[in-house]
Amino acid sequence: MASFAITEAATAAPAGSRRGAPRWLTAYLYILPATLIMAAITYWPILFQVYMSFTDYGLRNLRFDAPAPNFVGFQNFIDLITNGITVIPNFSFWGMLAFNLFWTFSNVIFHVAIGILIAVVLNTPGLRFRGIYRAIFILPIVIPTLVVATVWKNMFDTDYGAINQGLAAIGGLFGVTPDHFHIRWLEQIDPPIPGIPLPLSYFALLITNIWLGWPFMTIVATGALQSISKEYYEAASIDGASGPQQFFRITLPLLRPAMIPAAMYGLIVTFNLFNLIYMVSGGGPLRQTEILVTTAFRLVNEQRLYGVAAAFGIYTMIILLVLTLLTNRITKATESYV
Amino acid sequence: MSEASMSSQALALAVPRRRRAFFRAGWGKQLMLQAILIFISFTVLLPLVWVVSMSLDPRNISRPTELTLIPPGASLQAYQDVLERPTSNPVSLIQLAFNSLGLAAGVSLGSLGLGVLAAYAFSRFKFPARRALMIAIVAVLMVPSVAALAPLFVFLNKIQVNSGDFSFNLRNSLLGVGLALTSGALPFAIWNLKGYIDTIPKELEEAASLDGASPTQTFLRIMLPLATPALAVTAFLGFLTGWTEFVMSWQFLTNPENFTLAMALWNITGQYAGNTPWSKFSAMAIIVALPVSVVYLSLQKYIVGGLTIGGVKG
Repeated sequence: MASFAITEAATAAPAGSRRGAPRWLTAYLYILPATLIMAAITYWPILFQVYMSFTDYGLRNLRFDAPAPNFVGFQNFIDLITNGITVIPNFSFWGMLAFNLFWTFSNVIFHVAIGILIAVVLNTPGLRFRGIYRAIFILPIVIPTLVVATVWKNMFDTDYGAINQGLAAIGGLFGVTPDHFHIRWLEQIDPPIPGIPLPLSYFALLITNIWLGWPFMTIVATGALQSISKEYYEAASIDGASGPQQFFRITLPLLRPAMIPAAMYGLIVTFNLFNLIYMVSGGGPLRQTEILVTTAFRLVNEQRLYGVAAAFGIYTMIILLVLTLLTNRITKATESYV
Repeated sequence: MSEASMSSQALALAVPRRRRAFFRAGWGKQLMLQAILIFISFTVLLPLVWVVSMSLDPRNISRPTELTLIPPGASLQAYQDVLERPTSNPVSLIQLAFNSLGLAAGVSLGSLGLGVLAAYAFSRFKFPARRALMIAIVAVLMVPSVAALAPLFVFLNKIQVNSGDFSFNLRNSLLGVGLALTSGALPFAIWNLKGYIDTIPKELEEAASLDGASPTQTFLRIMLPLATPALAVTAFLGFLTGWTEFVMSWQFLTNPENFTLAMALWNITGQYAGNTPWSKFSAMAIIVALPVSVVYLSLQKYIVGGLTIGGVKG
């Protein structure tokens, strides 16, 4: 205790300036390299983006000695939200935003629910081969999303993909001919469920992303489950609470503080899940599964509408800012709640 | 003393209780749980088994019509094909792997080196505008790189040198992509490392400072060794960013000799089904995934410990 007090006193004195440079100068020297890089490659482009978004910056302005682009005021911003981007067929900003939000929430709900259920099953006392299952279930996290997306894209191939062939093999056991399993997962335009405007490719993406997403939630839930005291369950058993009652009254409430930050993190990740959408469905059919980040990429990569893309990027940043602030607020609000 | 003996008593009581629980999970329940878990394992393993099986198929079929675990005449022919000429571009796998490795190592070392310096300053020093700077860095944490792709493209494209035979365009180079990725990886690196350094007690550094060590000596001799777990994780995640990056390299690079493994994988994924060289694609997917997956698996324990993200520990 005494030695602690001495070191406290020592740092309270104006230390550090002994060797010439004052401490604040040293601090600036430490953060200078990172700040320089970020100023040049992150912050300056974002500022430049604001300028670009008010111009008709295009391919012709890229040359080294090209003339400055024309100032177009808020035209890009207005065109984007009034579906005035005619070079892209079926472009609908609000439709895309609605799909993006629906995509995000529907995925995370599955991730969290499946993640918790599997964590509870894995946590059952006396379960055999627990280690083997844990090792298998970590694999979707370990494999790069890029590879997962390309593999699933090929699995959903209508003629030669593993999904249709697997379904045909299972159907064959029940005497169903393989022709029934010529499912055009990524191309079919008619919605599979009448009345619900979701294309089949949405369900293909959902399957892929559920495969990808639940193991992370299981890891978080397992960590939280192991910190729940056994005594709660023992007391509940003595009082005659059934298994489901214990799950809903003890397990779920006590998992909440851990699951909410994880779900919020999952929301942001899923909202921006570029690789999966771009590579599996390509936003198709008819742009029905396009999300904000894939569209931002297309505006630059395919359309080369740099001015419009800049405006779109600003919209994306604002939407993300709102989403992040909301999720942060929810996370903070639930932190103290147990 | 009495507290310790009491808790050991409780422990002794707890062990048989847990054993009783083991027997309580009777055979019926055990079988049902095993069936559920085997089914889940099957769904997790299906894509992986499929891709491995495809990569071993010697026929490099463009029209696979059956599901087989080990295809007839399994061979490593596809891997050899991929090694020689992975895509229709005149570039070898060695070149692609070299590019990916360089990009990944550059992003990893760059974001780690610059990140740990900044994180140390943010964690240990008090200086004007400290809070404002930290907020500015964390603010871009959630912005995906795609959202600022257009200005970045235009900006990097302006940095060109053309003199005689020598021409260099920062945008169309691995260096440019690497710089962009490093800058994009820095906010996470700084945030994560600062979070970890904050948990390291200050007493050791203060003792070193009392013994006459300069801030730089304290940083190099005391801080860096103590922060090793977070450093390793940050470096690995930076490496993973570079190794699997697609958006910027696909947009910026036009020279096949600069292409990366990730780009080549997308190149042969087959936008035109039916012409897909399935075995080659599968071999390529495995080549891209295997190195980072193996490292991830072996570092898994440390990754959980070295990440401060989420902060869900109780």
